[in-house]
Amino acid sequence: MRRSAARPYANPYLAGVALGLVLLTAFVVMGRGLGASGAFASSTAGVVSAVAPERAQANAYFARYLGGDGPWLDWLLIEIIGVAIGGFFSALVAGRLRVAVERGPRISSRARLTTAFGAGAVMGLGAVLARGCTSGQALTGGALLSVGSWLFIAGAFAAAYAVAPLARRAWT
Amino acid sequence: MTAPYFELGYFGTRGALVAALVIGIAFGWCLESAGMGSARKLAAQFYLTDLTVFKVMFSAIVTTMLGLFWLGRLGVLDLSRVYVPETFLLPQLVGGLVFGIGFALGGLCPGTSCVAAVTGRLDGVALVLGMWSGVLATGLAFPSLRAFYERTPRGTLTLPQVFHVPYGVVVLLLVIVALAGFRGAEWIEARATSRSDEPPLPNASREATRPVAGGIGV
Repeated sequence: MRRSAARPYANPYLAGVALGLVLLTAFVVMGRGLGASGAFASSTAGVVSAVAPERAQANAYFARYLGGDGPWLDWLLIEIIGVAIGGFFSALVAGRLRVAVERGPRISSRARLTTAFGAGAVMGLGAVLARGCTSGQALTGGALLSVGSWLFIAGAFAAAYAVAPLARRAWT
Repeated sequence: MTAPYFELGYFGTRGALVAALVIGIAFGWCLESAGMGSARKLAAQFYLTDLTVFKVMFSAIVTTMLGLFWLGRLGVLDLSRVYVPETFLLPQLVGGLVFGIGFALGGLCPGTSCVAAVTGRLDGVALVLGMWSGVLATGLAFPSLRAFYERTPRGTLTLPQVFHVPYGVVVLLLVIVALAGFRGAEWIEARATSRSDEPPLPNASREATRPVAGGIGV
């Protein structure tokens, strides 16, 4: 399949301002910000609760997602489904939908997929400890000037820059 | 005060889920069109060849921060009804450090990995699955992590409170820092381009990623 020209990405500052206005809209409409790792948390809680209901209820981390309308109607889970829909259609209209493994020139696809899985697991641990990720802490808490969120931003960027030289083989 | 609408009872939980879906769609659209669904583009941030992540993230933070400040000041938005994430100093710093390791290795974060996955990037799918497993494992281990998770609680704590500086002054300082950062980012990118014979990922970063058929070396 030969790709006809994919449209170039948007200007990063304009995209950032648009993203900021979306986040601001969330605050104005809902009184809360955006998130992503929360959707992973509620869906894991949903699965654990389906497999072992007593264990889920006894676990303080999962139990908090089991009240109200339950884990599958969690606000952030519905929001992240929206993210997937919005991302898909944005790529569709821009001609950027493409099945591929994005990787550096020196790493095999299999190694890239394994690394991506491991990196995701590490980020899962980090996001649980930090009570959020780049969306829920960095963007949302950052804009609210939350001290813990700015600590998260500082820690995440510091560690990423410290690890990047060691991971050069994966990307360059 | 007329906002936040949900908190003030303008609509119920069903309306909140519709809002979640619509806001999410706009969020995902912004991420994809900025190129944040591309792991190579994100990873380039950490090799100082493409600073899109920094530019998008900080122009978003500054935009929202200014919006919150002015809507609050104009009496449109009741900031006391906006949920501010609580601060737990140590777990959030350590969580950030751990998260950053995964960010540099994976080239995607939880939100952008969802965008990467639905636009066909199999590494995005792998990262989503890894993230889900990591959250599951951490959740199952939560009873033994709980003591650390709840260490150094500071409640709702903001930068103006810590530094005893008025809200507006912190906002102004962050705007100045961000503008200086954008200038610095442009300078770093220009330098990276002139020093390297291989140009940095162009805005439509395509050529270095391979179609899956030829790509998976199993």
